[in-house]
Amino acid sequence: MTSRRTMIKSLAAVAGAAALPGAIRNAFAADPMKVGYVYVSPIGDAGWTFQHDLGRKQMESALAGKVVTKYVENVAEGADAERVIREFAASGNKLIFATSFGYMNYMERVARQFPKTVFMHATGYKMGKNMGIYNARFYEGRYLCGVIAGKMTTSNVLGYVAAFPIPEVLQGINAFIRGARSVNPKAEVRVIWVNSWYDPGKEREATTTLLSQGADVVTHHTDSTAVVQAAEEKGKYAFGYHSDMSKYGPKAHLTATTHQWGGFYTRTAQSVLDGSWKPGSVWGGYKESMIELSPINPVVPKEVVAMVTGLEEKLRAGTFHPFSGPVVDQDGKERLGAGEVMADDVLGKMDYFVEGVSSRLPKR
Amino acid sequence: MEANLFTSMLFATVVAGTPLVIVALGLLVSEKSGVLNLGAEGMMAMGAVAAFAVTHETGSPWLGVLAGMGAGMVMAFLFGILVLSLMANQVASGLALSIFGVGLSAFVGKPFESVALAAVPPIRLPFLADIPVIGPALYNQQALVYFSWALMWAVVWFLYRSRAGLVLRAVGEAPGSAHSIGYPVIRIRYLATLFGGAMAGIGGAFLSVFYTPLWVEGMVAGRGWIALALVVFATWRPLRVIVGAYLFGGVMIAQLFVQGSGMEIDMPSQVLSSLPYWATIVVLVIISRNAATIRLNAPVSLGQPYRADT
Repeated sequence: MTSRRTMIKSLAAVAGAAALPGAIRNAFAADPMKVGYVYVSPIGDAGWTFQHDLGRKQMESALAGKVVTKYVENVAEGADAERVIREFAASGNKLIFATSFGYMNYMERVARQFPKTVFMHATGYKMGKNMGIYNARFYEGRYLCGVIAGKMTTSNVLGYVAAFPIPEVLQGINAFIRGARSVNPKAEVRVIWVNSWYDPGKEREATTTLLSQGADVVTHHTDSTAVVQAAEEKGKYAFGYHSDMSKYGPKAHLTATTHQWGGFYTRTAQSVLDGSWKPGSVWGGYKESMIELSPINPVVPKEVVAMVTGLEEKLRAGTFHPFSGPVVDQDGKERLGAGEVMADDVLGKMDYFVEGVSSRLPKR
Repeated sequence: MEANLFTSMLFATVVAGTPLVIVALGLLVSEKSGVLNLGAEGMMAMGAVAAFAVTHETGSPWLGVLAGMGAGMVMAFLFGILVLSLMANQVASGLALSIFGVGLSAFVGKPFESVALAAVPPIRLPFLADIPVIGPALYNQQALVYFSWALMWAVVWFLYRSRAGLVLRAVGEAPGSAHSIGYPVIRIRYLATLFGGAMAGIGGAFLSVFYTPLWVEGMVAGRGWIALALVVFATWRPLRVIVGAYLFGGVMIAQLFVQGSGMEIDMPSQVLSSLPYWATIVVLVIISRNAATIRLNAPVSLGQPYRADT
């Protein structure tokens, strides 16, 4: 159904573009640069797409007068995506951001046909002469949340509602429990896979299941706010993800790992304006201000906050990495020796749980 | 199994199954009259958003449920005009209603995406809730859960024990004969369709006001389609619909519990997630495999328009 609705929207967009006078298509150099954004879900009020849209707005106001932006939301990861991206390119957008993994092949195809347009793809791995990729080190925020969780839990059981066992999600789970065990070696985390990025009902059931099995601090790697809400109702703690979700659980919400794309979007647009843009891969974290924690709940003791602030400083300075050796997986096998830091390409292929995760990874 | 664990699993199963029970029973009644409404997903979405909006504005979840019911009925009425008065194709109109409802609910729900509702406390039935193990799971539930049980008996009684139910089934079996002995086929089908819409609306209200007290686009997440499938696989028999709905809810909850317990799972997680779907289908197909009973229970004129003058 989504795709049909999107199709109608795209058709409307095509019809609208056809009606535009040619003058806009052949924009003069002095005109502001047109930048297009493709979103996978509705913007809503919190979540993945909401944060990207926040970044778009920040970029637009930072480069006021020099850029105009447009977005299409709720674009399915299929043939529709190619049409939307091509339409953006054909209607004179010089820079296009596609913010979901599934757009990768479609964007790559369009990029080859529009060599003068810059294409930026979030969370993918395919690059080209005019196509770059970007992502954020979400696991840095997860580690910090883990530190807080390790200090706040009394049952030593943490809960994690996760969508799919892909490297990005595993990095988050592993960083979370490493953070928790750095302050509380008895902590364990239980993981439930809901096999959906977005199903509030299921996310809620998974949360209540974890809570009834003894977890007292939960977090999630899915897209809704249901986990935080369920924890609030049961009087337990939770972390938000993507966005600050404190209004969905003022008592439960300890903090959230938030995505901050504004600075990155501004730098990228500026480099395209300057003509200095080069294709490449950006994987930014605290250092690049692409990850931040939302304000920490006052129930968290001051010394824990101080500890987190200290770690934030180290992450910013680049002197600390959540995956510094030794990294031992849940079967006791050493994955990284002491004194080493996990390389990005190794991180990107993570396919195991570290020690402290008491759930087994489902076979793929 | 630990008693506590069993209680919380049973509790969660009932909660997960309830929206399916309510919606599927409504659809069953409308299908028994010969109207196939594939718009359940859209009617549920509209019910969910209307219920959420009204609950948020008035603070009363009950007004919210009424609003959800009303929204579902408005959607069903639109569908009725198309397929009963204008005799449009029921399958195509139902699909359109689904797409329309999901889209419209997203549109009218925009202002409500940022707000949260207070959770509605469950209603504890005295004495019954004190029964060990099953008491806290079954009798300390949301009011709509009790409603779904009452609805089940009401639908069984109505369809198989009341004269009106007999007429409704006659309309679904042989609209021509029903018409020839003086029953208003179209009007009866309108009423059945409206009932289906009302129940879909209440099912949606359960999701947005009681189950996960929030409104977000797409929150119905396919439950309307599951309810539709349940009716078919349960061969249009109310009690089997209930069995199917709870089985679906139960297997879903069980697989979450298994995952959370840290047991070794020798199965891809996708298979685990699909378990509720195929377990329900397999069980319902097995208990309903008798071809004669299927023929007996499937409304003969399902999906066919009826023109009174022919």
